[in-house]
Amino acid sequence: MSPLFKEDEVAGIASARQAWQKHLQEKLSASPPRKESFSTVSGRQIRALYTPSDIKDFDYRTQLAFPGQYPYTRGVQTSMYRGRLWTMRMFAGLESAEETNERFHHLVNQGQTGLSTAFDMPTLMGYDTEDARSRGECGRCGVAIDTLKDMEILFNGLPVDQLTTSMTINPPAPVLWAMYIAMAEKRGILRKKLGGTIQNDMLKEFIAQKTFMCAPEPSVRLIVDTIEFGTREVPRWNMISISGYHIREAGSTAVQELAFTLADGIAYVEAALQRGLDVDAFAPRLSFFFNAHIDFFEEIAKYRAARRMWADIMKKRFKAKSGRSMWLRFHTQTAGCSLTAPQPFNNVVRTAVEALAAVLGGTQSLHTNSFDEVLAIPTEEAATIALRTQQILGEETGVANTIDPLGGSYFVESLTNETEEAAYEYINKIDDMGGMLKAIERNYPQMEIADAAYRFQRELDAKQKIMVGVNKYVVKEEIPVDIYHVDETLEERQIARTNEVKNSRDQKEVEQCLERLGEACAGNDNVMPYLIEAASAYATLQEMCDVFRSVFGVYHDPSTF
Amino acid sequence: MVMARKIRILVAKPGLDGHDRGARIIARALRDAGFEVIYTGLHQSPEQIVSAAIQEDVDLIGLSSLAAAHLYLFRKVMELLKAQGAEDIMVVGGGIIPEGDIEKLKAMGVQEIFPSGSALDTIVDWVRRHVKPR
Repeated sequence: MSPLFKEDEVAGIASARQAWQKHLQEKLSASPPRKESFSTVSGRQIRALYTPSDIKDFDYRTQLAFPGQYPYTRGVQTSMYRGRLWTMRMFAGLESAEETNERFHHLVNQGQTGLSTAFDMPTLMGYDTEDARSRGECGRCGVAIDTLKDMEILFNGLPVDQLTTSMTINPPAPVLWAMYIAMAEKRGILRKKLGGTIQNDMLKEFIAQKTFMCAPEPSVRLIVDTIEFGTREVPRWNMISISGYHIREAGSTAVQELAFTLADGIAYVEAALQRGLDVDAFAPRLSFFFNAHIDFFEEIAKYRAARRMWADIMKKRFKAKSGRSMWLRFHTQTAGCSLTAPQPFNNVVRTAVEALAAVLGGTQSLHTNSFDEVLAIPTEEAATIALRTQQILGEETGVANTIDPLGGSYFVESLTNETEEAAYEYINKIDDMGGMLKAIERNYPQMEIADAAYRFQRELDAKQKIMVGVNKYVVKEEIPVDIYHVDETLEERQIARTNEVKNSRDQKEVEQCLERLGEACAGNDNVMPYLIEAASAYATLQEMCDVFRSVFGVYHDPSTF
Repeated sequence: MVMARKIRILVAKPGLDGHDRGARIIARALRDAGFEVIYTGLHQSPEQIVSAAIQEDVDLIGLSSLAAAHLYLFRKVMELLKAQGAEDIMVVGGGIIPEGDIEKLKAMGVQEIFPSGSALDTIVDWVRRHVKPR
């Protein structure tokens, strides 16, 4: 350790600060402060002023170093946004593959630099549109994908060998990935050329987002299958996006989001190592996904702490040797839960501030929410404004001119340290429980989040926390907003298309593929080649997922509150 | 002396939607306000919800939807309640419900809609004022 600040100088500042604090109290007793205490949206207390005495042991070279250098606090890449701006990746999916394909083309024409697919609820849960459980849900919060045919239409005319594609899909992630690979190969594009991400993070599903299929253990087995297969055959693909986003949306604090996400990451690395994989072969393909909530500095500190912690975990705990294995590369989405249905145009402002935090925190890619996302699927106009928000940040404001511009701020460094310490406390607790799978079994992260969510709602109701338009500055008359309406005939059209596919495929071949898939699930073979084979034969999503369900069993919500 | 029975409420998540933050917060708030609360958990079909409501003899069902399938799913619940002669069980809804859909839901017999952002006390007060043990 070689602290940047001299010990006696820090002591001098600390005592001068105490004197100033007294002066401050006097001032504030004359005209009292706005609030009794100042805290972040997560409830972390914030002091009136930060000085070198708040980061007295600050050691530049070990705590920050340089961008692209361990512990990567200032950024994973050496050049960061001087080389290339973050990937502007708008999450889009609506109705059927045709409508979503049209939206993709629109976004690419408007300067978007990566694709991101939102699936509808039946697809997310691994059911075909015609299943009774899917009724009423087709295409309503994303695109409906039943077979390879839909996947072909979805990416029609888009250069999937040049654009990277992210797919927000979890229990059926191996199936959708298999369909994507099959789609590309039918177009003559080799799988080794494909770049993109499948979310494929089941642990946070049990914790927060709650799209389930099988129990945690077989779920992790399928994830390790994708990691093993991708490392060998799809080297540019991110096989998992270890996600804090949904943990935060479920009501967690910033520290819980960070800690539970890294604890999930630890569980995946352990599982892959148990399979016998070499850490430096697969770790560079792990990616992360965080929320950008409304509390500006808290978020920036979270991203900086996340990078430093993951680098440390990979190096010390898992003995990674390659720097790439220690990189915490992450996607960010602005916080859906921070948006308000009343006065929805205000959401443009919230999203801009949150996006700025993500950029100052060094994100690799970003989705900015549309202001109407709190009401319905975004209209094209609203999605365009959200994309423009990123372009304005990147190309007008100058915030991307220098790397980690807040590095060295007494406040930001102090908050980064505090966030890291608090997150390690959670990780240690989860380690003591025997790891994240055991913690989930005990309902631990789920209830920690539920407690935080309840506390926050109570604070809102008591006006200790403010949401403009919700509990302050409320107006009676709202400006009407045009929202997107899903075509009522969609469900029938989608079912008809899938039936057509089923009638024209080689039924016997499909049955054989599914049988082989079942054997792979029951045994130790990697499921991916069998899924690609089945997808290519136009087996449906549900046919493949039903194989998982029949071999591994079905997981049900513990229904606690 | 016969003690008045506590109001019993079923908080339910119909369909495939996994957003349970609101439903679980409301279940807690109602329990803390002194009501008896049963939470179905996620991914319940309208049939499962109606049969749970009848079996548990509830006075009120609170349906939560944040994935845009409310018109279909809430209608199903209302139809099934009627078909089973249980239309005296009151139904309210909440979540991401566009303004324009509120009248449609009320026309189906849903008593009240609490869109996201509704204060817990508003919901608790509504229950106190409108729901009597059956």
